Amino acid sequence: MRPVELNFAIRGSDFINAGEASSNMKKALSRLGLNPSVVKRAAIAMYEAELNAMIHGGGGQARVQIFSDQVLITISDEGPGIPDVGLAMQEGWSTAPDLAREMGFGAGMGLPNIKKNADEMKIETEIGQGTTLTILIRFA
Amino acid sequence: MTIKRHSVQLNRELCMGCTNCIKRCPTGAIRVRSGKAQIDEDRCLDCGECIRACPHHAKSAIMDTFDSLKRYPMTIALAAPSLYAQFGPPATRPMVLAALANIGFDDVWEVAVGADIFSRAAMPWIEAALAEGKAPLISSACPVVVRLIQMKYPGLIDHLVPYDAPVEIAARLAREEAVRRSGLQAEEIGIFFISPCPAKRSAVNYPIGRSTSQIDGVIAISDAYPMILAGLETMSETAAERFMNRLMADASGIRWGYSGGEALSLETERYLAVDGIHNVMAILEEVENERLKDVDFIEANACLGGCIGGPLTVANRFSAKSRQRAYIEAARELAAHQPEAIFPADTITLSPWDQVLAPNDALRLDADIMAALRKYEQMEKIAADLPGLDCGACGAPDCESLAEDIVRGQASITDCIFKLKERIRDVASRMSDLEEEMNRHLDVDPEAGHGDDA
Repeated sequence: MRPVELNFAIRGSDFINAGEASSNMKKALSRLGLNPSVVKRAAIAMYEAELNAMIHGGGGQARVQIFSDQVLITISDEGPGIPDVGLAMQEGWSTAPDLAREMGFGAGMGLPNIKKNADEMKIETEIGQGTTLTILIRFA
Repeated sequence: MTIKRHSVQLNRELCMGCTNCIKRCPTGAIRVRSGKAQIDEDRCLDCGECIRACPHHAKSAIMDTFDSLKRYPMTIALAAPSLYAQFGPPATRPMVLAALANIGFDDVWEVAVGADIFSRAAMPWIEAALAEGKAPLISSACPVVVRLIQMKYPGLIDHLVPYDAPVEIAARLAREEAVRRSGLQAEEIGIFFISPCPAKRSAVNYPIGRSTSQIDGVIAISDAYPMILAGLETMSETAAERFMNRLMADASGIRWGYSGGEALSLETERYLAVDGIHNVMAILEEVENERLKDVDFIEANACLGGCIGGPLTVANRFSAKSRQRAYIEAARELAAHQPEAIFPADTITLSPWDQVLAPNDALRLDADIMAALRKYEQMEKIAADLPGLDCGACGAPDCESLAEDIVRGQASITDCIFKLKERIRDVASRMSDLEEEMNRHLDVDPEAGHGDDA
């Protein structure tokens, strides 16, 4: 069956509206009568990914595809890319600028937190080209 | 009188069908249909925002009346912490309690006693829950917040502190004592809460975390106010003295009347106190997304200022808060002169809720996920086509709500006056096209005009 698709733009360094895309996705999921823990996992994973694109990727795109049994979230940016994915996946590792840290972001929990909440995740990154993060959350 | 799931009701005669209430309702529970407001039973939280917003006083809360006291051989009034602050000097706490009793109650109890017991009983539970990593915990004292969580933030139900609200605790103790002293049966004693809050009335019929409530009736502070005020005018301090033994609450229990009081009495260091339902929603949103990492306990009150800002209070909430401080100070002084607490709150143990709080699925678009998904998609499409002015003229609070109503089959696109205008313009231009065509066929000079056929 054809999924319902939602698309959002993510603006770079926009801390004030950070999380708008994930909160819109949450609004959609909460109308479907899903298990609350599923909605929560999707919202947290997408929020972290959205923030990564906002802080590190200079902004980007979010695409949400809702199927009857799962939601597929794709966040892509055209930023600098991640030089060492293994390192980035470690808890506490962060390359966030001071500005972001001062605001309580960039604690180095982004990717580990996405991994914790997602059923599947995939990182495609190329130095100087950008990063695309795919997150899959199953409804049951 | 039938009390439905919610206590906030509409007086159709007074309703002008304006947009004030629909705009303020936090759950989008109100629509104006055929010129009158309608409240959706499943979505109403009894927060009272519409009561405050209505300039025509068409919204009110259906509460119990003093007539219902007659049903019981013995009656006890429970005074909310916010009741005292409705009355300024020279009124004192025992005077307010005495004036309350004089309305026609056999006895009075302070809800603040229940607050003291709640704090002592909940503290160890909170400590243990925090040790298990359940932070942040959320207060369950405000019934509107509990119902809000059930509807909009069901993922946070497990964060609620699963103990009865202070008023339920006080009601139980008052009844037990009355049975002991009077020899009456428990059901012969009527326990009436004098309340700032319509949601507390609904919580009697639909208790939170229990199958039954300990409270028999809920009377609005605003209904008791004139009688208490009149009683205070003729009351002397000596007449109030026989109520000194009823001052069983601590200052910390009385402080629950305003936002922050509960959190202080629970002695959690990393707490957050939020008041006003729209502010509460913003914080719950943060909790649900795990963005509030440095807070252990959240005290959330649906009313601005806390219970002293309740829709059934009389006094302005800022002056009430200032008065409340005087009552708290007096309670502290009293305690300083009493070597032992009148009511040893720490001797009472509480049992947690015995009923599971279920999510309220009033926001779900369809019982079937795929059907709900299609409806959501359709809803977004319709919303994108609407003008986006959120004017409310259609009777829904905003364009997105109208889109939802259309998808649910409860409204049509031409309920939007802009869409209707477009439609009329289309029809009018088609009419004029047809007229031209007709005139061509009849070979009439269109410049000659109508009604000029002499």
